[in-house]
Amino acid sequence: MAVTLTPAGPARRAPDRHHRGVTRWLVLAAVTLAALAMLVPFAVMLLNAFKSPGDYSTNGPLSWPSEFYTKGLVTYWREADFPVKLWNSTLIAGSVAVLAVVVSLLNAYALGIGRVRGRLWIVGAFLLANMLPQESLVYPLYYFAKEAGLYNTRLAVIIIFTVIQSAFGTYLLASVLGTFPKGLLEAAALDGSGKWTTLWRVVLPNVRPTLAVLLVFFFIWTWNEFLIPLVMLIDNETQTVPVALASLQGDRLMDAPTTNAGALLSLVPAIVFFLIFQRTLSRGITVGAEK
Amino acid sequence: MASSDTLVAPPATRTPAPPGRRPRRDLTWWLYLLPGAVLFALVIGVPLIYTGYLSLTRWSGIGDPTFIGLDNYRRLLDDEVFWTSFRNTLAMIVAMVVVPTVVGLVLAAVLFDTIGRRFRPRTAAALRAAFYLPQVLPVVVAGIVWGWILRPDGAVNGLLAAVGLDGWRHDWLGDPDTALPAVMGVMIWVQIGYPVVVFMAALQRVDPELYEAAEIDGAGWWRRFRAITLPQIRPETFVVALTCTIAAMKVFGPIYALTRGGPENATNVPSYFAYYTFFKKLQVGYGSAVSTVLTLIIVVVALLFIRAQHRAERRDGGR
Repeated sequence: MAVTLTPAGPARRAPDRHHRGVTRWLVLAAVTLAALAMLVPFAVMLLNAFKSPGDYSTNGPLSWPSEFYTKGLVTYWREADFPVKLWNSTLIAGSVAVLAVVVSLLNAYALGIGRVRGRLWIVGAFLLANMLPQESLVYPLYYFAKEAGLYNTRLAVIIIFTVIQSAFGTYLLASVLGTFPKGLLEAAALDGSGKWTTLWRVVLPNVRPTLAVLLVFFFIWTWNEFLIPLVMLIDNETQTVPVALASLQGDRLMDAPTTNAGALLSLVPAIVFFLIFQRTLSRGITVGAEK
Repeated sequence: MASSDTLVAPPATRTPAPPGRRPRRDLTWWLYLLPGAVLFALVIGVPLIYTGYLSLTRWSGIGDPTFIGLDNYRRLLDDEVFWTSFRNTLAMIVAMVVVPTVVGLVLAAVLFDTIGRRFRPRTAAALRAAFYLPQVLPVVVAGIVWGWILRPDGAVNGLLAAVGLDGWRHDWLGDPDTALPAVMGVMIWVQIGYPVVVFMAALQRVDPELYEAAEIDGAGWWRRFRAITLPQIRPETFVVALTCTIAAMKVFGPIYALTRGGPENATNVPSYFAYYTFFKKLQVGYGSAVSTVLTLIIVVVALLFIRAQHRAERRDGGR
């Protein structure tokens, strides 16, 4: 894919080279400045995450830290029980990613390849569900979870997001499977393979790249979710990374350096995923945009 | 309803018709839909309908809801906060759709057409990553960092003081006049990377020869932008505009983290208003009415978008 990005070679040259020569550097400079401006918030956060509260109140937010102060990080790590939050987020996002991909695949198999009656309506319902504001679901979900004894459990959040994410996954995969090569299916049928075997032996290996993209998307989207975890998870043992940061916000121990330290700790996992999955993601965005 | 086929048109139009008619429908396919359908009904269907029903009741969440007909909706019409929150949605659409899409188009075109072709592609990729970075953060974390940056003792005021503009120091999020523009600024920062990345990915479909040829014919940057870039990435522009509009109408996390809808509701939005009414004021019926109105508006907007996209695709069909 990146190959198409490379210029077509030196043989062809723009006629107005002199003009372009300067302009292109100006353009590069302007865009680079804009890109750096995007990074400024990260830079000030980093700067203040390693500053002592005293240093912050005397020298302000822009000074270089007078010492390499890591107590803010330690305070947040301990006070927020950060490893527990990290585990909760990982458990929830990981389970949702896997379960939602499985549910999406099963749904899409029936819709895209089975072409069940009324599939356009069904796919439409999934698409619409994906657009609903969570406010229109959250109170009944909160109430039902309380009735079912699932309130303040990670399981409740896992079930809810499995459905919400698979609504998108079904929509996307149904259209992908709608174009699945018929020949492969017919060959499998001739070999006497049933639907169930065909799904796992023929369909799955062929759509694995798309499933990988969905898996990554579901993981990151669920990791970043806020409203439903905020409502459903109320104590230290169950809260996720973003909810923990938000609920400590305004707390007495959250002076500016600790806030920044907490934010830094909370965004490190997101950046790690971003770096790990960068390739999958940029491929996936193309998929998501085209379908 | 005529909207049914418009609704699902995008995938349908890309699906080639099956070559041979199947003799009869095989009912066992439905087994594969069963788990998804049950979960869907439990987590989306029933709660959605229940919220609709609750919007016709008065309920604190304890005991039984009292049916009061359309009273909640009548109350909404007279509620200043309700109108403010929906007006602020327009501001969110400007900040999360209009500005990012327009700027994103230009940035993607510059990164692709100018920087990608005249410098190394890696330069373009690195710049793209910088714009995209805010998109990978949990939006609440971004909200909390910005909340601090905009605080009276935060980095913005620190910067103003450092360059001698002490008089401009301000409680950006605490003043009803500046809170909304400040939140809009944050949302632009959060959102901008999404269109840039999507549009750049879309441009990779375009044959680079097209740009070369146009250039040799003497077409300037702007002509190439209008004649090649824009038409080529129109499908993506629709997708970006639709998904961002819906995201803007649903925005919750950043408002929660930045201002909690304040000061004096200056930055209140429907979803925060609904959350607050549900869980802080314990007026479940009224909160349900707010959510239901928001849901209906989102559905209508989505249908309009999809319809417009469908029409545009049909118009281009003969090309």
